[in-house]
Amino acid sequence: MATLMAVAADAVIYASWLFIIAAGLTLVYGVMRILNMAHGSLYALGAYTAASLVGAWLRGGHAPLGSYAMLLLAALLVGIVAGPLIERGLLRFTYGKDEILLVLVTYALFLILEDAVKLVWGVESYFVTEPYGLLGNVELGPLSYPVYSGVLIGAAVVVGFALRFGLYQTKFGKLLTAVIYDRELAGTLGIDVRRMYLITFALGTTLAALAGALTAPTVSVVPGIGVEIIVLAFAVVVIGGLGSLPGAALGALIVGLVRSAAVHFLPQVELFSIYVVMALVLAFRPRGLFVFAEARKI
Amino acid sequence: MKPGRRVLVLVCAVVVASIASGPFLPPWALFLITVSIAKGLVALGLLLLIRTGLVSFGQGLYFAIGGYAAGTAAQWLGVGDAVVMVAIGVLLSAVAAAALGILLARYRTIFFAMLSLAFSMILYGLLVKSSALGSTDGFNVAPSTVAGVKAGQFGYPVFLLTVGSAAFSCVLLDAYLRSHLGRLAPAVRDNELRVEYMGASVRNIVHLNLVIAAALAGLGGGLAALTVGHVDPEMAYWTTSGEFVFITILSGTASVLAPFLGALLLELLRSLAYEHAPNTWQLIMGGAMLLVILFLPSGLWSIFERRRRIA
Repeated sequence: MATLMAVAADAVIYASWLFIIAAGLTLVYGVMRILNMAHGSLYALGAYTAASLVGAWLRGGHAPLGSYAMLLLAALLVGIVAGPLIERGLLRFTYGKDEILLVLVTYALFLILEDAVKLVWGVESYFVTEPYGLLGNVELGPLSYPVYSGVLIGAAVVVGFALRFGLYQTKFGKLLTAVIYDRELAGTLGIDVRRMYLITFALGTTLAALAGALTAPTVSVVPGIGVEIIVLAFAVVVIGGLGSLPGAALGALIVGLVRSAAVHFLPQVELFSIYVVMALVLAFRPRGLFVFAEARKI
Repeated sequence: MKPGRRVLVLVCAVVVASIASGPFLPPWALFLITVSIAKGLVALGLLLLIRTGLVSFGQGLYFAIGGYAAGTAAQWLGVGDAVVMVAIGVLLSAVAAAALGILLARYRTIFFAMLSLAFSMILYGLLVKSSALGSTDGFNVAPSTVAGVKAGQFGYPVFLLTVGSAAFSCVLLDAYLRSHLGRLAPAVRDNELRVEYMGASVRNIVHLNLVIAAALAGLGGGLAALTVGHVDPEMAYWTTSGEFVFITILSGTASVLAPFLGALLLELLRSLAYEHAPNTWQLIMGGAMLLVILFLPSGLWSIFERRRRIA
């Protein structure tokens, strides 16, 4: 019983973390049809920025509680600076090209960002454990969990509902839906598609950076932390269906559950169990669980 | 001269030049060229896939199968000859692709890329956890003979084997691309429906090309394992596959010789960058890739082609 509870709790924590990453990836794909291979690097960028900001905040002798604000600020900063820079400086030249070509472009971007991070922050590792340790642990029956995991879950829930609200209940969301269905027609109706793309990409970047920033206190921030993330995020969004928000949530839960079950019962298969699930879902529902077949276009 | 004949002449010239210059090259150059050719072979397979309209981010799967098969054959089956080791790797890669192809041949564009990536990551996960195969460290591979001749480390024999098999693959693939069946590959890329109307099976063409590409990747993996003298799970990691995609995009798909030139350029640049600016290596790679995609969409090889058309 205790093991089952531990599995469930780990699954939810891991799934929350995955959802924040995957939501950004699926949003960018859904609107812009770009499968962003540099998403993991943006995650890394968020983690490094958070490490620097929190470090500076604490060295400045400010109240430790403010370090949570620094985590958020790091995510916003990356979203506002790196997002538009990449979209305006690179991606806009590639719109209208093949989806697979865009994958190659973002792969090149991934290579560039990986080294850019190393050039800015060096190759040593950063530790900012204060936001993690500050909250202490909570007893859940026989198990003890860091309260910080609750912050992660809370963040995922907030992100999920905020996106849901933004996409389905606001004017911006409705305009965005129009752009998703037909970019050109939306343009003729007076919707500023360029601006929509810019905002979407900045938002996707912010989400990637947020996941990175929230992870920074729990790990040592080292070069290469984004490399594995992108494959995990792919697995999540592909399982749920590319471009689907509920799909990303479901995918995150499935991957979270599979991984935490694997960790507890069969640690040898932890790494590849996720990819097995991804391959199985793709084999039987090629477009993911949440996307339905569409008519073939010649 | 007929284009097919030209490739044959070029390949022969390169082979003769390598055989003649091999003994006089310093070991590091010999090593660098051998590794480049091995990687070029994987990119050659990707060339065929890209001509079919598919980009695989999982060629590392077959690269690793080729390398591990060669290593396992030497370590546990007592196979000492490099030719047999590599042949086992090629065979296993082709068998793996024939099996996975049943599924993969149904997919296109990003779904194909993702599924092939997933398969290679499954192998990576398996290799990392298998202590018998050395987990994350991998294990050493050392052939005792190459086609009966005693093999030394970084030696001339392995170099000759690599050059020979690459030349053979080049000529064979070029002939295939010019054959009736081979010409269907770009047709599949352009319009699958019309290929079906013509009476050809798109799925069979894709499946066959997957197997050929995998066999080439397996060959490259086996030769790389012999040259480096070591295999590890990184061979199956997605960044390795990404590097092969990089080579193919950089060199272009116009000629079967292009991938080898691209691979050689990559390895040269890499060893230079490692010496002078180790943390800017990927930056240079990414920048070069962006420049090629945006300004030279047919790759570096198209520079030669353009000049010839004018002449």
